[in-house]
Amino acid sequence: MKLTVNGEAHEITAATLAELLAALDYEGNWLATAVNSDLVHATERALFQLKDGDRIEILSPMQGG
Amino acid sequence: MIELYGTKLPSRLLLGTAQYPSPAILADAVKASCASAVTVSLRREMAGGKGGEKFWSLIQSLRLHILPNTAGCHSVKEAVTTAKMAREVFGTNWIKLEVIGNHDTLQPDVFGLVEAARILCDDGFAVFPYTTDDLVVAERLLEAGCRVLMPWCAPIGSALGPVNITALRSMRGHFPDVPLIVDAGLGRPSHAALVMELGFDAVLLNTAVAKAADPVGMARAFGKAVDAGREAYRSGLLEPRDLAVPSTPTIGRAVFQ
Repeated sequence: MKLTVNGEAHEITAATLAELLAALDYEGNWLATAVNSDLVHATERALFQLKDGDRIEILSPMQGG
Repeated sequence: MIELYGTKLPSRLLLGTAQYPSPAILADAVKASCASAVTVSLRREMAGGKGGEKFWSLIQSLRLHILPNTAGCHSVKEAVTTAKMAREVFGTNWIKLEVIGNHDTLQPDVFGLVEAARILCDDGFAVFPYTTDDLVVAERLLEAGCRVLMPWCAPIGSALGPVNITALRSMRGHFPDVPLIVDAGLGRPSHAALVMELGFDAVLLNTAVAKAADPVGMARAFGKAVDAGREAYRSGLLEPRDLAVPSTPTIGRAVFQ
């Protein structure tokens, strides 16, 4: 399945958003996720089905003004 | 003491957390400033990365109020989604709402700002809108549900200080009961003192402290300036006049011939 994760193209097998995070070695309760520009809550990741062409953003706390 | 969305903060200084030479200097600067809230952002995390975790641990150790921002968002959709992601990660409904309209000046797209503010206020956010000093935009933001306004005084990071004091004074006069925080453009402690003397409720700044030769010293200086400006405002400033008025009594003056 072709996915875009944080702007980079990936060819990866992951049925759900939670599986994608695990496959890419993302972990921690400080991460926020969005699929196709909409928030996906942490509690929904295990059931959130990914499909070919999805754009995923994985964000974490950073310095800001 | 200042109350923002029902939360009482002991200090009228809000400090940004970006561009410091090191995390340790950031932490020391925040403490020296006596700021009561810090701004943070969300950015892409690398696969397997721990950068976000380290920064978040540092911020949590400061035990201050967190004001996440939507910096860099140029559309309503981007800003709204970023705000929702921030609420989940940072556990606060506070959001410094930025919808940028111009790459060079980083001035807000006030039309998108009002639209995003309405969406987020309806969704339960406490919106701190980064706006201009335009009174009509301010009215629209209040109608959208904002209970705090954050006008710029100059472009972000410019250090120009208040470039339109008349507009700031007018804003204060038009919205006497709305907490007004000057956000962006402050370069010197005297700038902060000036806007506080105008009656603004607080200031939010970042670059002027973070990029100083000694960020900790500058943070302390800004903290003192904010306090001084506020106390001066509350104490009643003397209005300027064109002619001199002798301060030493003229009665009883000796006459030598």
